Amino acid sequence: MNSTRLYEKYLLIHLKSMMQHKVSFLLTTIGQFLVSFNIFLGVRFMMDRFKEVKGFSYGEVLLCFSITLMAFTIAETIFRSLDTFETIIGNGEFDRILLRPRGSLFLVLCSKIELTRIGRLLQAVVMLIYGIYSSSIIWTPVRIMTVVLMIIGGVAVFAAIFLIFASICFFTLEGLEFMNIFTDGAREYGKYPIGIYGKTLLTICTYLVPFALFQYYPFLYLTGKTSDSWYSLLPLAACLFLIPAGLLWNFGLSRYQSTGS
Amino acid sequence: MIQVEHMNKTFKVTRRSAGFSEAVKALFHREVELIHALNDISFTIGDGEMVGYIGPNGAGKSSTIKILSGILTPDNGTCMINGRIPWKERKEHVKDIGVVFGQRSQLWWDVPILDSFELLRDIYEIPTHQYQETLDELTGLLSLGELLRTPARQLSLGQRMRCEIAASLLHRPKILFLDEPTIGLDAVSKLAVRDFIRKQNKEHKTTVLLTTHDMQDIDALADRVLLIGRGRLLLDGTLSDLKSHRPKEEATLDEIIAALYRDYRI
Amino acid sequence: MKKYWSFFRIRFIHGLQYRAAALSGMVTQFVWGTMEILLFRAFYESAPQSFPMEFQALSTYIWLQQAFLALYMTWFWESELFHSITTGNVAYELCRPVRLYHMWFVRGLTVRLSKAVLRCMPILVFAWLLPAPYGLTLPGSFHTWFFTLLSMTLGLLFVVAFGMVVYISVFYTISSQGIKLIVTSLSEFLSGAIIPLPFLPDGIREFVNFLPFASAQNVPFRIFGGDLKGHDMYTSLLGQVFWLAVFLVIGQIMERNALKRVVIQGG
Repeated sequence: MNSTRLYEKYLLIHLKSMMQHKVSFLLTTIGQFLVSFNIFLGVRFMMDRFKEVKGFSYGEVLLCFSITLMAFTIAETIFRSLDTFETIIGNGEFDRILLRPRGSLFLVLCSKIELTRIGRLLQAVVMLIYGIYSSSIIWTPVRIMTVVLMIIGGVAVFAAIFLIFASICFFTLEGLEFMNIFTDGAREYGKYPIGIYGKTLLTICTYLVPFALFQYYPFLYLTGKTSDSWYSLLPLAACLFLIPAGLLWNFGLSRYQSTGS
Repeated sequence: MIQVEHMNKTFKVTRRSAGFSEAVKALFHREVELIHALNDISFTIGDGEMVGYIGPNGAGKSSTIKILSGILTPDNGTCMINGRIPWKERKEHVKDIGVVFGQRSQLWWDVPILDSFELLRDIYEIPTHQYQETLDELTGLLSLGELLRTPARQLSLGQRMRCEIAASLLHRPKILFLDEPTIGLDAVSKLAVRDFIRKQNKEHKTTVLLTTHDMQDIDALADRVLLIGRGRLLLDGTLSDLKSHRPKEEATLDEIIAALYRDYRI
Repeated sequence: MKKYWSFFRIRFIHGLQYRAAALSGMVTQFVWGTMEILLFRAFYESAPQSFPMEFQALSTYIWLQQAFLALYMTWFWESELFHSITTGNVAYELCRPVRLYHMWFVRGLTVRLSKAVLRCMPILVFAWLLPAPYGLTLPGSFHTWFFTLLSMTLGLLFVVAFGMVVYISVFYTISSQGIKLIVTSLSEFLSGAIIPLPFLPDGIREFVNFLPFASAQNVPFRIFGGDLKGHDMYTSLLGQVFWLAVFLVIGQIMERNALKRVVIQGG
């Protein structure tokens, strides 16, 4: 059986399990929605007061926010197991995974599919529509493709970050809180175009952790602040971030097998 | 065939002591200790043997099981199982082995057992007719009938253990590792589990390596015993070899083991 | 008193053991604070006339928020307490010679204090070293220091008293998850954890200031930065005292009633 079919089977089992806890599922979903709704309210009230930030209007900020949120949410739904990899290592579930004749990373991903994130995804979709509607962007096929590429690039970057986090778990289970900067932090502050935070941060987010490649630069093209259409292809470059993350995972895995802890 | 020669494994452990000032000290400096989990271990287990692997907690039992099942690499020494080095050809190797952890579950908590089994069928790519045949046989021998439609969380410990064992045998492994399979079970379930393991060994020539603290398990199942303590293999012999160490005439198996631990200072 | 102190000691030692966790938590909060300030700077540069407080006061607010996160976070719950109520294990707590309310109140206080003590100093020092107007500015007068400390204490007690009401309310409902969720999302916004309350639009702001949540971090942090002073400060302090008293009373009444029911029903 190929991996796609197996993944579907896992998805089915996750759905079945979830149906056993309908109330809990519903509440968690609502919770996910409320938390990001709070952040939306924050943006709304700030934009109300200031009208624009560094040349970006409310509609444009919403569009940017929704794209980041959507990329993060999709990534979290699929790669949530990596974000909670500490527990998988801690409770011995990873040993069980190594006893199966399949790729270990694949089985880790199968072990958790976070369907409760649908509440947040819904919000991202609503904001995207509202953002498209209220910003004065003239939509062309290239611009539509840019939005799609931004989301794909974003999912890839967040996936890579989750993978790096999980790889670090092979070395230590302590002091991993700082990784929140790159996950929750990026979601949180990625609601505004990264350029507004200043040059230093933009440089970091271009060369070190490529958030700006899927968020800021293509967004400049989208909103007509640059006419350089090459900017819309930068999210593809962001996907390359998956390579070092994958290498780190392999390195961590071999270390885990030699220390067993 | 399992061949282990001169296997070593060491771990680094950081120490944590009690008390306030110790905690402050540990903020700046931590003592690291080397633990020799396995120290020059060698043994050979032939096909179809049933071997009891005993020793006190922390003796190195689970490290051995982890190495034999390909999860852990030893520092040095060799290990060959059915012509393969477990950690080098992990995916191929694990198709040949089944592992039951008495204290951990591989079953899905909220869905019927049968769903867990079918997922395993897909993971191991077991042909449908072979799966059905194995399942029927296991269902009969372990009296799983009704249990298959029940979610794991609604089963008693004994019922769950029977399902765990079945889950580990669906792909018809040649070797079965059992890590404390009777822990916490009531008398009836214990007997059922032991009875099944014996039959499985007899009919399918499954090699069984069993770790346990329950000496009745050893008595009932193991033709041969490996005693490990502080990472060293202390005794490799038959059950009667073990019994020849009895400190007094009417000593129970538990008392013999306790006396041995004392003699070897472990 | 001694048993409460030993509880604090255990928690504190527990925190010390995880030095990497403490360090990593501080780094996280430092980055978080920096991001927050960069964000507000962008707004400030876009329209300085719309900024409702001095930038320096805002920076101070944000750094205090990061340093004392553990004291005022309203999303932090001890699942153990929820669990002990829903499973009925709370009955064991009743066998002890301490009143449940006092026991849990001190516990809540201790958990927050022990976390904050460990983490606040390095963040405060770092923030103090940053250049104006991005760093933490210390007030000149003794008067401000005094009222900040007073207000911080009131705010912390309020947060714990509020938490008690939430824990005890689980005696009356089945789903602790639902309560947790609604309370968390409401209180986060209304206490000024997402954006400081002065940034809320007119009309909404006045209303939110009347609510109990404004008595937590909002008051002390703004007093320290000099944003809240004079007549407004005294009113806010009175508000803190009022809401603290209200939640203490509600919590204790709820506890008495809940325990009566537990005793009658036998857990």
